[in-house]
Amino acid sequence: MESKDGIRPPYKNISQWIEETGTELLLRRREEAEAIFRKIGITFAVYGEGGDPERLIPFDLVPRAFSADEWKILDTGIRQRARALNAFLYDIYHRGEIIKAGVIPAELVYENKAFLPEMIGFEPPGRVYSHIVGIDIVRTGPDKFQVLEDNCRTPSGVSYMLENREIMGRMFPQIFSGGPVRPVDHYPNELLRTLKEVAPAASSGVPTVVLLTPGSLNSAYYEHSFLADLMGIELVEPQDLFVDEAKVWMRTISGPRKVDVIYRRIDDFYLDPLTFRPDSVLGVPGIFDAYRAGNVTICSAPGAGVADDKAIYVYVPDMIRFYLDQEPVLENIPTWQCSKPDECKYVLENIQDLVVKEVHGSGGYGMLIGPKSSKEEITAYGERIKANPSEFIAQPTLDLSTAPTLVETGFEGRHVDFRPFCLVGRTIRLVPGGLTRVALKKGSLVVNSSQGGGVKDTWVLQE
Amino acid sequence: MLSRAAENLFWLGRYMERAESTARIISMGQRMAMLPGSPGRSEWTSVMQTTGAEMPEDKMVSELDVIKCLILDPEGPCSIQACLLRARDNGRAVRTGLTQEMWESLNEDWRYLESLDELTARSQLSKVLEWVRKKSAYFRGAVDTAMLRNEGYYFLRLGSSIERADMTLRLLNVKYFLLLPETEVVGGARDHHQWMSVLHAVSGLRSYHYHYGSDYAPWNIADFLLLNKIFPRSLAFCYSQIDHCLSHMETDHGGSYKCQKTARQELERLNRIDISGVFNDGLHEFINEEIAKTSRISQEVSDAYHF
Repeated sequence: MESKDGIRPPYKNISQWIEETGTELLLRRREEAEAIFRKIGITFAVYGEGGDPERLIPFDLVPRAFSADEWKILDTGIRQRARALNAFLYDIYHRGEIIKAGVIPAELVYENKAFLPEMIGFEPPGRVYSHIVGIDIVRTGPDKFQVLEDNCRTPSGVSYMLENREIMGRMFPQIFSGGPVRPVDHYPNELLRTLKEVAPAASSGVPTVVLLTPGSLNSAYYEHSFLADLMGIELVEPQDLFVDEAKVWMRTISGPRKVDVIYRRIDDFYLDPLTFRPDSVLGVPGIFDAYRAGNVTICSAPGAGVADDKAIYVYVPDMIRFYLDQEPVLENIPTWQCSKPDECKYVLENIQDLVVKEVHGSGGYGMLIGPKSSKEEITAYGERIKANPSEFIAQPTLDLSTAPTLVETGFEGRHVDFRPFCLVGRTIRLVPGGLTRVALKKGSLVVNSSQGGGVKDTWVLQE
Repeated sequence: MLSRAAENLFWLGRYMERAESTARIISMGQRMAMLPGSPGRSEWTSVMQTTGAEMPEDKMVSELDVIKCLILDPEGPCSIQACLLRARDNGRAVRTGLTQEMWESLNEDWRYLESLDELTARSQLSKVLEWVRKKSAYFRGAVDTAMLRNEGYYFLRLGSSIERADMTLRLLNVKYFLLLPETEVVGGARDHHQWMSVLHAVSGLRSYHYHYGSDYAPWNIADFLLLNKIFPRSLAFCYSQIDHCLSHMETDHGGSYKCQKTARQELERLNRIDISGVFNDGLHEFINEEIAKTSRISQEVSDAYHF
């Protein structure tokens, strides 16, 4: 929050507000906020750990702020990246120019588990594969933002962006009235517009859009129902849908009704037991054929996951240059690929200073944070890398920015990252805001909610 | 509307109503057992019998048994905790069909009963029962003030009306199961007290008084609970609600279903007959027949709307 010259401008309001409110009231309000969250039922599920099956994500009352100038950089960079990722997906399922040009090695794409040969040659409406791109960004310097990873499948967390703002508005209405914070609550409308834009050409009239959830036991179920509610669309489970004559129908009390666009929050491999996993009880048999026949649009497109693979991540800046002929606005974090022998050697020699991740891992699981690990852990992890180098990448431990956070003793800096949600339809839309996650443990770099991370409201300030 | 959503709402209505009704039946047992010289156990046995809960063989039921089985059991069909958990699960599965307040009313303190042990629940029985009634009133209020009067609303209301009809019938059966000790006479002080407890349980003491004067006659009380057209927990009133919901649903759909015909016939019958006829043919037989009819309508509803 503070720089050499005192408090950084975007935080001036916040600092004044904290001073006026006082720590004691803030702590009390935090308890109220928690009670509200629990009452509304904004929880996420944690499996197999006992205790409360529906947990709250801790909410920190101190917002994270971006100035108008900072947001300009982010906005340009995020849109640029979302366009390039979609161009890449179209390319690899068609002519594969980027591979022919030698920019990305063929095996990283075609041998990728997320690559679906069934999608080759298929033309999704608007040529969009990833309709909601969640890009995890960290700040590493005054005007320097870097991308940690991309999420092109079904990034979650946007409900927190909306609810955090809602709660802040309820608790401290005075700071928003006529204030400089840009609103985010039109996100559901923007999402629905995006989904309607990519309805199949064959459908007529106002398209019927549904949100497909695995069911109420899913960890992100709250978000699914929340979004369906705000968009005014049906929240369906796989058993509510069936396919007849290559069209998708939902079972209603007055008989079947045709579905045009499916915003699915269910993984590729569970979509259609006929095409992917015969053992899956989750899917809708035949849905993939209906999709290929152009009778329904699935968002995100099956096979979009190739673009957010950690091995592909390294090449995103090159993609931006290749497809858009632009220099990337947001940089990547320097990354060593253990699949390359000399880089692997470097990683093994410097492992105590690096963060090593599994290429296909997610959620902060299965990673090694060198400086925070014991000798034994490092040796054991090193053996795993040697056994299977192409499964790992490594990054330097970052000097991540911190944001002021309310703790029992007052305020302390905690590491944060930021996930905006970029919507891609016939046009690209970006709501000024996103999800700020904060590592609540002192010194911790892991912000994942499954590992003790919390969330904050994110303010993008008006000029 | 999704068939699954209709089913969820229907059962949400049933479970919330059932939780409240069970609480009312327990309050009634509590009141009856309070009378000086009451053996207590027979009152609790009849409470168990009415809910259809499984009875410990040749053992008199104690207050603690009732608490275990009808309040704290996470599984039993009539247990309050089980009903509230299932209501919440049903609500969660149709989150988008609920208003924010409806969900809050289901979700608030949802683990409260789980946190109670048997002895605490026993020592705070009145408070626990009060909590259930308040929760149910909060839910009903949230439905009433903000839910769109669309199909979802009518499925929910239909569920609660069917359940309420069923529970009023069962409540009357308690009195039947509860045999007076041989030393007592029909129409005596104990009999009187028991009938009053029935009225208490349906929050109908004052309404009854207002409607029939001060005469606590069993046939008047039965008339009040079965045939009265303006008392919201009476069987006839519940059937007017069932009929109302089903006609709305049919209008929305333009169809014509068996459930609607059955309900209409039953409503007309209840409006036609008088209570002396019911007593002549046997109150207990009448009640059992009505319980069967109510469950048939529930079945016909799920046939009509594909769930």
